[in-house]
Amino acid sequence: MISLQARAEPSKLMGFCAPLIALLVTLLAGLLLFAILGVPVGQAFYAFFIEPVSSLYGLSELGVKAAPLIMIAVALSIGFRANVWNIGAEGQLILGGVCGGAVALYFYEVDAWYVLPLMTLAGILGGMLWAAIPALLRTQFNANEILTSLMLTYVAALLLSMLVHGQLRDPDGFNFPESRLFHAAATLPIIMEGTRLHIGALVALLLVVVAWVLLSRTLLGFALRVNGNAPRAGLYAGFAQKRLVWFSLLFCGAAAGCAGLFEVAGPIGQLLPTISPGYGFTAIIVAFLGRLHPVGVVFAGLVMALSYLGGESAQISLNLPVAVTGVFQGMLLFFLLAADVLINYRVVWRKRPQANSGASL
Amino acid sequence: MTFNPEITLLIALTVISAATPLVFAAIGELVVEKSGVLNLGVEGMMLAGAVSGFAVAHFSGSAFLGVLAGVLAGMALALVFAFLTLHLRASQVATGLALTIFGVGLSALVGQSLIGVAYSGMPTYAIPVLADIAYIGPLFFQHDLLVYGSIVLVVAVSLFLKHTRAGLIVKAVGDSPEAAHALGYSVLRVRYLAVLFGGACAGLAGCYLSMAYAPMWVESMSAGRGWIALALVVFATWQPGRLLFGAYLFGGITILQLHAQAIGINVPSQLMSMLPYLATIFVLVLISSDSGRIRKNAPASIGQAFHPIK
Repeated sequence: MISLQARAEPSKLMGFCAPLIALLVTLLAGLLLFAILGVPVGQAFYAFFIEPVSSLYGLSELGVKAAPLIMIAVALSIGFRANVWNIGAEGQLILGGVCGGAVALYFYEVDAWYVLPLMTLAGILGGMLWAAIPALLRTQFNANEILTSLMLTYVAALLLSMLVHGQLRDPDGFNFPESRLFHAAATLPIIMEGTRLHIGALVALLLVVVAWVLLSRTLLGFALRVNGNAPRAGLYAGFAQKRLVWFSLLFCGAAAGCAGLFEVAGPIGQLLPTISPGYGFTAIIVAFLGRLHPVGVVFAGLVMALSYLGGESAQISLNLPVAVTGVFQGMLLFFLLAADVLINYRVVWRKRPQANSGASL
Repeated sequence: MTFNPEITLLIALTVISAATPLVFAAIGELVVEKSGVLNLGVEGMMLAGAVSGFAVAHFSGSAFLGVLAGVLAGMALALVFAFLTLHLRASQVATGLALTIFGVGLSALVGQSLIGVAYSGMPTYAIPVLADIAYIGPLFFQHDLLVYGSIVLVVAVSLFLKHTRAGLIVKAVGDSPEAAHALGYSVLRVRYLAVLFGGACAGLAGCYLSMAYAPMWVESMSAGRGWIALALVVFATWQPGRLLFGAYLFGGITILQLHAQAIGINVPSQLMSMLPYLATIFVLVLISSDSGRIRKNAPASIGQAFHPIK
């Protein structure tokens, strides 16, 4: 009989190992899934994990996909540490894209240095505005931010769809639901010739450093951690709960909005009815996989970016549906949550579980 | 615009079909939350139920087998959630999110070959005599079994929670797991059963969507209804009667967009489609701001893992 025995202290080693265990198990389960689907396993493995990163262009695409994931996940992990469950980052990303994109279209053909900074500012403010709604509703009316932020994601997606079908539609576009292509001054500089890798990747890394300093070197970071681990202690210490909620949500809104603007001003180059393959949701997994730590998030972001690329490559070479990516991502989070049990509990073998020693498996 | 009984009847019928999946999903989650567990994976379980129900009904030709498959699929995902949160004490919020992400992906993968497949829909059963009454008959007594079933289920859950011993135990486990444990009730077993019931209900909700409401399979066809169901439970302050009212209210808001043009409201369709989501936020704010009421009705231990050793 296997049973769980509480550890005296959470295991640091296991905190580090759990994501690796989860990745390994996901890999095995994924190969099993391919076998069940009747896909040649070796070929699928190659298409999913090797082919996408076997060229310099592939590696640059990894950066393109990882940048928004890392930006959002770094900000999310700050909120998650403080028990602020913003799961509407996808909506904040869309609003960032909409607001920044609208600025780009307003200054269409204006060849000036200030267009891109203005777009970025609009994107950040758009994301913050969208995140401010759940923050206000949580702090003033006690409404659960999980549900409100998620509902707002649906609203944001509909808003984007409405605008690209209406006001922001390309006037010469034969009524296709898409905006004009942004002109050169409204497009992000590329940092690697011949690829789509844009300056957003550097901004993502900068944000990682900022978040790391914030969490480990400031009182605010300490307050956020205490609030998450022991809300009561936080209350006694006089940390203003409402301020932490506001800060967590606004910070995340800013990061997600900026990521959304980078998507439309970078790889996409215009406004479309869909501007993100679910980065805002995947970033939740990235945050957990990266142990809510800025540096961990970088590695986790690269792994999840690979799952997108692998899904695309498997779609092209093996005709698998893109949905495989979602299955992989969901499985990974399941296995990670399961592996996390090892942080606080030790698995022990015993003949018969004693009545009061924890749950038996 | 003049009152037209035919059109009014048609609108009322679409309200019923829009409300039914919400009733199923929300009543299941209500029982789960009453036992002290918060399962945010309703959306994922609904989609699993929708795709399995549709596939089995399509290939076997039997609506009954389809519904059975949908229920089992919902329960299978619920079992994963129960194992992770109850046995391994994983965070309920995180696990629920994982369940939704996984369910969305898996249903899209499984349902890939079902897109564009036509299905005849669920057979309806008219109740003899009553169904022949003008207007009232078609409105109340000519539905498929799931619509009748959803009402029966709400009544049954209400009676179960109020008037049975088992129902009291569920509430005790949700309000004070330590006390229930001390009295010798197995907290984990009660919660397992509640979570599985919630999965079965979400599966039914999905079946109704793909087999009766649509009836077809489209990726992510639940379109946030699982999340609206979660909000409905709060809106109903965990009371089955109010939940039924809330679900029909939301059914009405959902179909408003379909009839908006007909009754002369001329705004972009996307704006009308936002209504259910905005209404959800609105009612959440309305109910949650009354914190005394929430405290009085919410299961006290909701969302917290139970550790038998302390």
